[in-house]
Formats: sequence, C-alpha cells, structure tokens
Amino acid sequence: MTALLGRSLILLALFLSSTGALVGIAAGFRSSPQGAVLARRMAYAFAATMIAANLLMVWALLARDFSVGYVAQVGSREVPNWVAVTSLWSSLEGSILFWGAVLGVYVAGATWFNRDRHPEYMPFAIGTWLACGAFFSFLLAGPAQPFLTVANPPTAGPGPNPLLQNHLLMVVHPPFLYLGYVGMTIPFGLASAALLRGRLGHDFLRPLRTWLMLPWVFLTVAIVLGGWWAYEVLGWGGYWAWDPVENASFLPWLTATAAIHSAILSERKGVLKGWTVTLVLASFLLTVLGTFMTRSGVFNSVHSFTQSAIGPTILVFLASATVWSVFLLALRIDRLAPEGRLEGVRSRDGMFLLNNLLFVLFTFTVLIGTVFPLVVEAVRGVQMSVGRPYFDRMAIPLGAALLFLMGVGPALPWGVANAAQLRKALLPPLAGAGVALVIALALGVRSPWTLLTLAFAGFTAQVTLRELWLPVRQRLGRGERLLPAIVGGELKQGRRRFGGYVVHAGVVVVVVAIAVSSTMGTSKELVLGVGESATVGRYSLTFLRVDQLREPHRTSLAARVAVRRGSEDIGTVSPRMNQYDSQREPIGSPAVRSFLFEDLYLSVMNLDAAGGRVGLHVFINPLVGWIWPATGVIALGGVLALLPSRRRAPVLRPTPAAAPVGLGGATESR
Amino acid sequence: MTEDLTPLPPEASRPAAGGKRWLAVAALAAAGIAFLAITMGGIGKNLVYYWGPTQLRDAGDKAVGATIRLGGMVAPDSVVFGEGASGVEFDVTDYKATVHVRSKGVPPQMFREGIGVVVEGTMTRAGQFECHRLMVSHGNDYRAPEDPGHADVQRLMQSTEGLDPAEPARNQ
Repeated sequence: MTALLGRSLILLALFLSSTGALVGIAAGFRSSPQGAVLARRMAYAFAATMIAANLLMVWALLARDFSVGYVAQVGSREVPNWVAVTSLWSSLEGSILFWGAVLGVYVAGATWFNRDRHPEYMPFAIGTWLACGAFFSFLLAGPAQPFLTVANPPTAGPGPNPLLQNHLLMVVHPPFLYLGYVGMTIPFGLASAALLRGRLGHDFLRPLRTWLMLPWVFLTVAIVLGGWWAYEVLGWGGYWAWDPVENASFLPWLTATAAIHSAILSERKGVLKGWTVTLVLASFLLTVLGTFMTRSGVFNSVHSFTQSAIGPTILVFLASATVWSVFLLALRIDRLAPEGRLEGVRSRDGMFLLNNLLFVLFTFTVLIGTVFPLVVEAVRGVQMSVGRPYFDRMAIPLGAALLFLMGVGPALPWGVANAAQLRKALLPPLAGAGVALVIALALGVRSPWTLLTLAFAGFTAQVTLRELWLPVRQRLGRGERLLPAIVGGELKQGRRRFGGYVVHAGVVVVVVAIAVSSTMGTSKELVLGVGESATVGRYSLTFLRVDQLREPHRTSLAARVAVRRGSEDIGTVSPRMNQYDSQREPIGSPAVRSFLFEDLYLSVMNLDAAGGRVGLHVFINPLVGWIWPATGVIALGGVLALLPSRRRAPVLRPTPAAAPVGLGGATESR
Repeated sequence: MTEDLTPLPPEASRPAAGGKRWLAVAALAAAGIAFLAITMGGIGKNLVYYWGPTQLRDAGDKAVGATIRLGGMVAPDSVVFGEGASGVEFDVTDYKATVHVRSKGVPPQMFREGIGVVVEGTMTRAGQFECHRLMVSHGNDYRAPEDPGHADVQRLMQSTEGLDPAEPARNQ
C-alpha cells in the first residue's frame, strides 16, 4: 500500500516536472504571463510531490514497513530511529529519492524568491530546472525504484552499513554534499535562461551570483566534512587522497569558485558574461559527471557504491546536458555583449582574470588525472590509476599561485594602477610575507614549497585583514565610535564585501594548514608488547593492555596506550579494532588527540586477541585541527555574503574615465 | 587620477587590437600546449599499473621501476615474518605465476595465508617485489574464489583499490 502510494507520487512528480519543463520553456519563448504562472505552480507542485514522497519513505523506514523495497533493503528493527531516518540516503535508491527532495526544495525556493522578478528569464529557468527534475523522477520511476512492492515482506531487514552509524560526521556529510551538488542545478537553470533569452542584464547577474554562492557554501563544507570523516574514521592519518570520487566533488567546486569571481566581475563591470555563463554550465556538468562517477561503479574507489544499472542512464543525461550547454553557448554567447570594458593586468580586473585562468587550469589538471585511467581502460583495456604525486605536484604550484593572487587582487585598485599605486598596494603586505617566512624558518620549515606558500599566506593575510578593517577605519576617520563603525561598516552596509573577505581569511588558514600538515608531519610504525614503550617525536607511548568491549552491534578490542609529552602526562588514548557483527573483517578505528598546534594520531594495524602485541601506526599531524574550524569561518563568510542586504547598494557602472582608482572609492561603492 | 592615466579612446586603440588579438591567441595556444605537455608528462611519470602476477611476469624487465599495484592471493606456507613482527615476506600468486614480495611495514590485522591482497610498490631487477603499501582485500562482496586454480585479480582490485590498511567501503 505504502509502496503503491510512493510509486504514484513518483509518477506524479515525473508528470509535473516533464510537463512543467515544456510549459516553462514555451512560456519563455512566447513571453506568456499565464504560461509563466503555470510553470511556477508546477514547480511548487513538483517540490511538494517530491517532499511528500520522501516523507512517505521516512515514515516507512520508521515504521519498519518491510513491504517497501527500499526498507527491506536497508531497514532494520535493531537500529535506533535516527539511524532509520538517515538510512534514507545510505543506499542508492534512497539517495536518489533524497536528491529529488533537495532539488524540489531548491527549485521551489529559487522560484519563490524570484516570483516577482526577472519575468523575461524565469520561465526558461523554471523549465530547465524541471527538465532536470524530470530526469531524476525518471530514475526513480525506472532504473532506481525505491518504492518497489515486496511480495512476501521479510520480518526484519539487515540495516544500513554499520559504518554509517560509526560517526556523526557521516550523518551530516551526505546531506551537505547533496545541498552542494544538487544546488548547482539552480545557477545552471539561470545561465540557460540567460542564453535562451540571449541577454544577461545587470539585474539578473545578482540572482545568478547568489544562487551560485549558496550551493558553493554547502559544497565547501561537504568536501571538508568528508575529509574530516576520513581522518577520524579511516585511520590512515590523512584527510585527502585524490581519490576519484573526492575529485568528483572538488571539480565543480573549482569551477564554481571561478564562476563566483567571474560573476562578481560581470556584475561590476558588465564584462565576461559569456565566460561566467560557461563556468556556471561547466560546474553543473561536472556535478553530473561526479554523480556518474560515484553512482555507476566505473571507479574502484573507497566510495564504491553497489554496482547499479543507473550508470548508463546518468551518462545519457550527462551527454544531453553537455549537448544542451554547448548548443546554447554556440548559438547565443555572442549576444551576451559586454557593457563595460576590461582593464589591463595591473588592475583588480586583471587579477580576477588570472584567478579564473588558474582555476580552470586546476580543473583541467584534476579532471585529466581523474578521467585518464577510464579512457586508457576503455581504449586499451589496461587497468591503472594516476598516482597521488601527479596531483600533488600539479596542485601545489597552482594552489600557491591562487593564494598569492588572493592577496594581490584585493590589494590592487579596480582601474589600471600606475607605478606609484602599485608600490603603495603591494609593498606593505610584503611585511606580512616576511613575518610569516621568519616564523616558518624559526619553526624549522625547510621545504621550499611550504615556505613559499607560507610567505604568500602572510602576504594575503595582511591584505585580507587590511580590507576587513578598511570600512571601520573609514568610519572611525569620520568620527564614528568603534562599535557603530563595525556594525555599520561590516554588517549593515558592506556585508557582501565583508563576507567575501571573511571567506578569504578562512581559506588562508585552510591552505596554511594543508601545506604544513602535508609536509611537516611525522609518522612511525611500531610494534609494542605489553609494558613496552617507544618515542615518536616528543611523545613517549607505553602500551598498557588490551580491553575487550562489547556493544550491541560490534565487539571492540581497544589498545590502551599511555602518552607522555616530555614530563607531562597526557593520559591514555585508545585506538581500536572493531569487529562488526554484520561484517567479516575487523575495521580499525583511530584515536586522535588534538592539541593546539598538532594532532597525535594512533591507528591500530594489528592486535592479537590475547593482547600480547600491538602493531601501531603513529602520526603527528601539525595544524590538521585548524582545517575544521577554518571551514566554519568560510561558511560563516559565505552566509554573511548571502544574507540579503536591507538597502540595495546603488548600481555603479564606472566609465573608464570615472573608474574609481583609490581603494577608498572601490570600497564605498560596494 | 592624473591625465596621462586616462585610457585611450577605443577608436585610437582599434588598429592595434587586431594584431594584439592574434598575439593573445598565439600566446594562449602556446600556454595550452605547454600545460598539456606538463600534465601528460606528470601523468606519465605517476601511473600506477594494476597487474596480477602473470601480467607482471609477462612484462619482464619493463616492470622494473614502474609503480605497480599487484593483486593476488598470499600463497600458502610462504609467509615469513621479520623480526619484531614488523616486516614480512610472502609470495603473491594467481595460481599461474608467483611473485615474491617483501614488505617493511606492519601488516594489517587480516593479513594471513590464502587471503587476497593488493601490494603497491616496485619490481627490483632481482625479480623481487618491494612493497611500500600492503592492503588486504576488503569489500564484503569478495569471496575467495571457489575454484582455487583461478584468482579473479580484477575483482580483487575492485574490492581493495583506494583502501588504505583497513579502510571500509564508504557508502553515501
């Protein structure tokens, strides 16, 4: 009964989205207000249907209704209710269903926020979104059906993968990833609308940037959450391995980051509109490619999902979306004429361009390395992968250059700078670079790339802090008091600008943490008998004993290791070896002890049951613990930049002659 | 802003623009080719080949020096632990060919004779495999082959690749 109702909802969603897509596109071409209204209503109805289908599935999971196919597959009477709810996205069919709900919420939200605006674009956008919705409804109606009726329902189910119950991060990582991935559909629809309309006016760049920024924030958080989970759970001491599926999430992040910057330039100067649109389309296509890579099982990966039949269907969708994008671009890109003019290299414009160029190079680098093995296997039938050193070697210089640009760009004025202005903008931050370099050398950093990265970080940090402080300084100069100056200059008026620099500040910290943790860490493999000690770095480790712990779903062997740092007693850490009842092999679970500047990370390699010996992999990871809060700062900055301003800043369209040159001018106009 | 900074009006800059554009296109093409060359060079140097013992033996001297992921079964009665239980030597076999493997690290918990392993490392001239990463086949779907005369190396790779010591299949 539930299954039947669920299937009906899916079919209704398929009908609404496919009809709505046609209605929207047609209404766009005919400029028909009634058609636009109908498309809007169908968007809301699609969202409501998808959400209803998800609620129905959650209800079935909670009720342990094993007559529903998906519940029979992942449901269990033994698991607590929160696990039952999260198993909605723990397997293929449910995750596609969840995808549909997220898409529904996004489509309804983007439709509602723009209900009274942009009538010449919105029907096209709604049509495009619903076309994507139709594809996912089709997946749910055919290749990945969650609501199959089970003829002879079992009395109990196996429950989701026990590892999903292992750590809270695994509960939050997937929803964030979906919010990031699925959200890229919205800017895709807006960009398609601009191309279909053959126009991308200043007013429409604003929603484009906003709806690009929102999924970007989610995607950023999701990527880091995934890394954090890997770090806390997998026990190999790292957080990023250039695994194809990690790359799949990183690729759209790179292009979306480039697109946000390009959109800022388009909005401000009326230039590079075609380029912005191209990046937005590419971001969406890369999310579809990522979906294909994760869901089809073409990659042998940590993330390998159950092999499924939806791979070819997603490939067809990827191909259609690519054809659609290329076709639209070829047909209409020449109509997105620039309204302004791009300044030379010695300006902020030039730095935006360079930033975009580097991001695109970065994207190609990662994309080629990720897809290369697939191509080779398809052509020559040889199995291989591209090793980590390739990615590291390519990513380090690109990342360092981007970090430096993040300092140079904001330091430069929008207009072309003369020599004196260049000196004034770029010389003072060298102090920051110098300070960072001296500190790094004093702390024993010797790797040239790390030193370079840290010097760039010092440079960029100084520029970022200066820019963060600038509005307050200006207001203080006008005689305002400190607190009103901060509230007025950062939160009320210049919130978007302020948010942007908060993001930059967070990124500087993340990059520093990555550079230091990947070059300054130490690791050691140890085999200890009971009572034996060993030293790793400043830490002295003593293996005390093994405790056996019994939990409902697993048995754990915990190695108790006493830690001292110098003469200071740190306490006992307990890396474990977990034996899940539903799995044959035991799985190690590391112990991470975080200090301000480093983590002590212990992972059990092997442990004999009698408890006589333990094989340990010990890592000392500097600054890894800084990545997680710094990502919070990035997210905070993104949210600040996203919040609608109470008062819209007056539209400024500088003519070349009147372009603001000084920093003050540039700030005031945002 | 001083007078000399004012950009030239578009009309004045137009004659130069045509030549500049070609220059820009040429520069971009050159940069693109250079980028491709660097990328392909980088990939070529960092390829990891997925081979079974038979393929490794067939490759002969070509295999020396390349990074290889060798998949197969730990041959019975071949495991010799080093001193202090860190470091282990064993044979990896697909029941047609056998390769001797030397590993310096602490073997993972599940390591034992007859289990599927994937070792990453390089082949020495002496025909010995120097392993710097030893992984035990994980996934729940992998069963020891029913026919002991046949090890499905490809399946083995699939259930192990990307997995560091005891890394579980991540499910989203």
